[in-house]
Amino acid sequence: MLERLLILSAIVFCIGMYGVLSRRNIIAMLMSIELMFNAVNIALVAISRYVTPAAVRAAGPTEANAASVLTGQTLAAFVIVVAAAEVALGLALLITLVRQRDTVDITQVNLLRR
Amino acid sequence: MGLTSTDIYLISPELALAGLALAVVLLDLALKNKTVVLGVAVVGLLVPIAFAVSLWVRVDGLVFARETGFNGSLVIDQFAIFFKLLLLGILVLVLLASNEYTGRFRRYQAEFTGLVFFSATGLMLLPAAGDLITVYVALELASLPIVALAAFLKMQARSTEAGLKYLVLSGVSSAVLLYGFALLYAATGTMRIVSPSAAEPSIAQMLTVTHAGLPFGNVAVLAGVVLVLAGFGFKLSMVPFQMWTPDVYEGAPTPVSAFLAVASKSAAFAVVLRVFYSALGDVSADWSLVFAALAAVTMSVGNLVAIAQSNVKRLLGYSTIAHAGYMLVGVAAIAARAGDAGDGSLGIVSVLFYLGGYAAMNLAAFFAVIAITNRTGNETVRGLAGLGQRSPLLAGMLAFALVSLTGIPPTVGFMGKLFVFNAAINTGYTWLAVIGVINSVVSAYYYLNIVRVMYLQPADGDARPVSANAPATVALAFTSIAVLLFGLWPTGLLDAARAAATALLQTL
Repeated sequence: MLERLLILSAIVFCIGMYGVLSRRNIIAMLMSIELMFNAVNIALVAISRYVTPAAVRAAGPTEANAASVLTGQTLAAFVIVVAAAEVALGLALLITLVRQRDTVDITQVNLLRR
Repeated sequence: MGLTSTDIYLISPELALAGLALAVVLLDLALKNKTVVLGVAVVGLLVPIAFAVSLWVRVDGLVFARETGFNGSLVIDQFAIFFKLLLLGILVLVLLASNEYTGRFRRYQAEFTGLVFFSATGLMLLPAAGDLITVYVALELASLPIVALAAFLKMQARSTEAGLKYLVLSGVSSAVLLYGFALLYAATGTMRIVSPSAAEPSIAQMLTVTHAGLPFGNVAVLAGVVLVLAGFGFKLSMVPFQMWTPDVYEGAPTPVSAFLAVASKSAAFAVVLRVFYSALGDVSADWSLVFAALAAVTMSVGNLVAIAQSNVKRLLGYSTIAHAGYMLVGVAAIAARAGDAGDGSLGIVSVLFYLGGYAAMNLAAFFAVIAITNRTGNETVRGLAGLGQRSPLLAGMLAFALVSLTGIPPTVGFMGKLFVFNAAINTGYTWLAVIGVINSVVSAYYYLNIVRVMYLQPADGDARPVSANAPATVALAFTSIAVLLFGLWPTGLLDAARAAATALLQTL
């Protein structure tokens, strides 16, 4: 099961990466970045479920090691929150950009680098 | 297991700084006089500095010279506190120097200061991270305010563009970094950099070799390290992940560029040292060579492209890429390759010393550029012509900072390069030191070209004198004196760097 989930995660991650590199629309790029984050979340939750250190497994779940058993899921929760903040910021910037230049095309955003 | 008062004390510098950020924004609503608000911000920074100093004294007496808080998520040792103090110092100076610049958006000055403080809070947490979760959260806490800051000049399309580029690339790099973390987690079953108890082993303790002969001995670790390196490489502006640097530095408000170039880079180097030396220390021989190759490419690309630049901010952007290359030389210089016992911390000490010196000289250069371009409105190298006559003091300090960036004695730039290249030679990377020295010679061309333009070319048209306001002059004088002082007597900074490096090597 772990293999299948990790392969799914790798595929979603690659789709996201391809989207960022190939799309010209900034909204689509932000969506692709979301896809990459969610691919990571799949992997983290899957690993958290199927991989725990032998030392922890031998001791059995106790209050003391609960934190390390849930490490992956904890990080996944943080990723979700941070990704939301990132998109909020991205859309705010996008509104500023549209007001200034009336475009959401990344190739039109080229004042710098000349 | 729960939250204790010790945990609160260990995180007190960050809490104080975040509280100060909120206080500044709220005070701005209540008070009419904006100068008072900025005064509160600068004086208020003494609180986190006091907490950081008291923590340094506290861990100094401990057996392992470190304390862990929040169930091992936070590691407070002299390595972490070295960076806390360095970042707080940078913060005070950037605030002083940007006072005049931020005057152009006086209504939003407090928000600007607050965002810088929030970003610095994240940067201060980074070197103290005890597990990969803290690394990620601190990294994002540091990056997101910088996006807002880079796009702060809402009316300027260039500023928005800088913010947008930083956001998209930082998002991609974070995702890549996270995927690397996930792979390391899959290979080891843990995200701990430092093990808080025997029940929760760290990554270093769980690393197992499954394929002898393969780098890192494990496919998942190999892939994970490559992705983590790519993710951190973005923050370090390491080639081939440096594309954003010149664009963002040019488009962002100049004080933000200065903050990004110095504070963000220092913390990024801190977390790279923490992750690679503590979590991946056992396989250091494998990543050392990778860092060596990347260092050579990074400094060469930075210096060669900088030669062709006409915009001063862009030129300084490429110059910071080159300096990241010099510091990567120190990261690559690990003792395992030395063969004999020797001083195991040579490479780390050299990086920490270089970061301290780099902060002083790069801030001096940026502060002079802020003061000059704010008055002249001309950001090109040509616009600096005749400055030697128009403003002898500013031109002198800028020239001195550039001499230090080139690495000519008696400046801290020379000392830093000396230590870094010495560490490289001592660990068997003589070829890397040779490339570094050749690069320093190349960099002299574009740094000293600015000095030549300032002193030997007559000003075209406008020849009125240019001067900085009082706070900026204080900040500029302070950094210039630090450049000279650490260049002549490096002992103070070196001792602090040595204490920090020793603490880092103990967290295995």
